[in-house]
Amino acid sequence: MNPRTNTLKVRTPEGVVFSTRLAGPLPRFLAWGIDVFCIVAVTRIASLLAAILGFLSVDIANAVFVLMSFIASIGYAILLEWFWRGQTLGKRILRLRVVDIGGLRLQFSQVVIRNLLRFVDSMPLFYVVGGVTCLLNRHAQRLGDIAANTVVVRVPHIEAPDVDQLISGKFNSLKQYPHLEARLRQRVAPDEADLAVRALLRREQFDPLERASLFEELADHFRSLVEFPVEASEGVTDEQYVRNVVDSLYRKRTNQTKVTPEPSTTEIKSSEQLVEK
Amino acid sequence: MVVDLEKFVVQERPFWEKLERLLSRVENQRRRDWKLDELKEFHYLYERASAGLARITTFSAERELRAYLELLIARAYAEIHETRKKPVRFSLIQFFARTLPQTFRRRLGAFSLSAGMVFLGAIFGAVLLVIDPQVKEIIMPFSHLVGDPSERVAQEEAMGRNSPVSGFQSSFAAQLMQNNIRVSILAMALGMTFGVGTLIVLFYNGIILGSVALDYVAAGETTFLLAWLLPHGAVEIPAILIGGQAGLVLARALIGWGDRDSLQQRMRKVGKDLMTLMVAVAVMLIWAGVIESFFSQYHEPVLPYGVKITFGVVELAALTFYLARVGRGGQERPIESSAGDQEQSTS
Repeated sequence: MNPRTNTLKVRTPEGVVFSTRLAGPLPRFLAWGIDVFCIVAVTRIASLLAAILGFLSVDIANAVFVLMSFIASIGYAILLEWFWRGQTLGKRILRLRVVDIGGLRLQFSQVVIRNLLRFVDSMPLFYVVGGVTCLLNRHAQRLGDIAANTVVVRVPHIEAPDVDQLISGKFNSLKQYPHLEARLRQRVAPDEADLAVRALLRREQFDPLERASLFEELADHFRSLVEFPVEASEGVTDEQYVRNVVDSLYRKRTNQTKVTPEPSTTEIKSSEQLVEK
Repeated sequence: MVVDLEKFVVQERPFWEKLERLLSRVENQRRRDWKLDELKEFHYLYERASAGLARITTFSAERELRAYLELLIARAYAEIHETRKKPVRFSLIQFFARTLPQTFRRRLGAFSLSAGMVFLGAIFGAVLLVIDPQVKEIIMPFSHLVGDPSERVAQEEAMGRNSPVSGFQSSFAAQLMQNNIRVSILAMALGMTFGVGTLIVLFYNGIILGSVALDYVAAGETTFLLAWLLPHGAVEIPAILIGGQAGLVLARALIGWGDRDSLQQRMRKVGKDLMTLMVAVAVMLIWAGVIESFFSQYHEPVLPYGVKITFGVVELAALTFYLARVGRGGQERPIESSAGDQEQSTS
């Protein structure tokens, strides 16, 4: 069996990798639940319409109702995924999106195929076939996704951590060594920095002993990455050390986002000149 | 590595924003008519953003910036590396006059297999009925088929201007369409079971067809049978066969015998054809549903059998002509380059 990952990585010929997080079966199932609700709602509206037509002819009313429910059950996902670029209402609410597996544009035939294959994926009940395939598949695809070359990814909101509130004006002993700070910023991987921030945010929830050992581990790790002079870490607890590290990593950047100006016209001109060359 | 991140961002942001503007314009346009300069600039901006992302990835605290760049590059990548043919403008006439019959002919092998399976099923059903007439009660899907054929003929002929579905013809037609389209989609989707499911669906439908046919022929009601089945069957049965054809095309791509392409590439190649075939199925079944409800159910005193049979034969001939002949001439493409979507990147 293929190793499962929760990210889809696309490597471009330029040697750059971009990644998106794949959605597991559960959020997708929930999104489909919302969609089923919508389909039922549409069907109810159809039955209302049919009831009005029923005054003219019961036969035609029934025909309209049967056809409209059928079209709603099949067309709902196809139309929405096509016009909203891979999202149905349920997927929007749960921040999911259907994308091409190669990072290319989603095509209409892909949308149609992945939705027609729901007939097999939903067998025998409650998407058992699709769910199991999704669990076993490397990219969490159901059968319809495999046939259409699509994956469902998560489109989370990324927010900058509120570091200011975290490190309320404490003295940072690392600040005295800007060159070492720069090295720290270079060597610490994004996930490591994120881990440290999360640990700090949840520090009150930990068991005291666990808390001490967790921050010891983190501090040791950061110390091993960049060696600061002894004075910088003297008398500083492990937790404070991690705070200092996070402060050094994030503080400068939070200033930057405020600094970044709107693009000035001169800069755009210069870029055009560059292109012409 | 970026030494001064702040300076880097200030320097690069105009380029990113420019790329963003260009992208949102391109994505919203259905038609693309690039000028060479624009194209060059687009590619330049994309590469510049890629380079920026490569440099920024070493930075620890730049999750947000990285996410922004990744998204930007993902969008640009989709535009630049898309090599599948994009229809200039979807044309309904073009679709029915060319694409559909050509697609059908390109996948003729799968259609033959699909038809062969139904034929086998029909023979099997007929043989079953000969061996044990009791089996009828198990096979027949509708109650009115279980009784004696001659009795039913007499009964329905006696109804005169009333057909068995008088008064609810429209809803009967809608039911038929819905049901048959469902069966066809199922036959197509079951291609994902390596074709086994598709073959079973086809075989099962063949059994019903074969046993019903033999039942009526043996009772000496051949004319009635033809007059009853042909008007809608001439379109409905081929439609289900095409549904099976689509399922087998899908199965073939899934199995991939003697094909060097990866699963992804094989699926990309058949995608468009599957959709085309399913559109054909839907259109045919809508027609068949109307005919079955409003025409097939009327019998001899009202509608002469000769008219009904002639109508069915004409339909069948027209359909055959359409699928076999229309859209020929020069432009027929072999399977290999059919979807025009090899996955090589262009840059």
